[in-house]
Amino acid sequence: MELGTKKIIGIGNFYITETVIWSLIISVIMIVFALLATRKMQKVPKGLQAYAEWIVDFIYNWVGQVMGSDKLKFAPYIGTLFIFLLLGNLIGLFDIRPITTNLNTPFALATITFVMIHYNAVKTRRLGGYIKHLSEPNFLMLPINLLSELSFPLSLSFRLFGNILGGVVIMKLLYMALEKLSALLTGSIPIFIIAIPLPLNFFFDIFESVLQAYVFTMLTMAFIANAMKPKEE
Amino acid sequence: MAQITPQAFILGLSAIGAGLAMIGVIGAGIGVGFTSGKAVEGIARQPEAQGDIMKIMFIGMAVTETTGLFAFIVAIILMYANPFINLI
Repeated sequence: MELGTKKIIGIGNFYITETVIWSLIISVIMIVFALLATRKMQKVPKGLQAYAEWIVDFIYNWVGQVMGSDKLKFAPYIGTLFIFLLLGNLIGLFDIRPITTNLNTPFALATITFVMIHYNAVKTRRLGGYIKHLSEPNFLMLPINLLSELSFPLSLSFRLFGNILGGVVIMKLLYMALEKLSALLTGSIPIFIIAIPLPLNFFFDIFESVLQAYVFTMLTMAFIANAMKPKEE
Repeated sequence: MAQITPQAFILGLSAIGAGLAMIGVIGAGIGVGFTSGKAVEGIARQPEAQGDIMKIMFIGMAVTETTGLFAFIVAIILMYANPFINLI
């Protein structure tokens, strides 16, 4: 059983995997959709513009609910992150390897989250307030808090990676077992593959994909909002 | 009796280690079950808060699962990206 991502092109240790190709394709799809939807904007939305407005409305409401209405400037990044992860996980439905099963993708996104958390914390709290925030109950807790802050991108990326990879591994094992079983009974016709994997397909490819994209985005939002200085009443 | 090569020995022990590593998933299972049980209690007490409770429950479950996923990743590394086989 082969698990690693397929290498498309490259020399030695530097190569382009299918993950990179599919992330680029997803990015292009998102950009083309955005361009098409906003090309001829009208007062009363029609066609693609209506869908785009619905998505934007949904994202802004969501960010306003979770982060508070004073942090709406994060909504474009959060929306892009959510849609990118959603599409990247859901391509597993078309028997393409989900882009998050390569640890590089979730770790890169988690690094962006990490940088955003600390950049915004320093920006809104100033350096003194930031150090005070890190040594919250008292200054003895500073090393422990630093450690938990540093391990946050690891756990965030491993959560997404492990969940999606676990689904891929289980589906592969199930397909292998069903193929062997049907080879024993009917020869070369894989008759058991028809409907038996359907519930597992639904769980791992649809439910888990949407849930993990949601959780990743939600935790990103919650931690950024938590690190920033609360709004003065 | 055939001789066991060092590679085969390492691969066999790695497979056993991967199996042992997956014991750690017990904790995640207990955690997820506890989370959903408490959510059911909450919904039974306050059925109108179902949407909010479900939302928080899914996030809590995903966070709880992480500890189990660390065990899973260790097992996967031992099975498919074995770090010990290159040492000999």
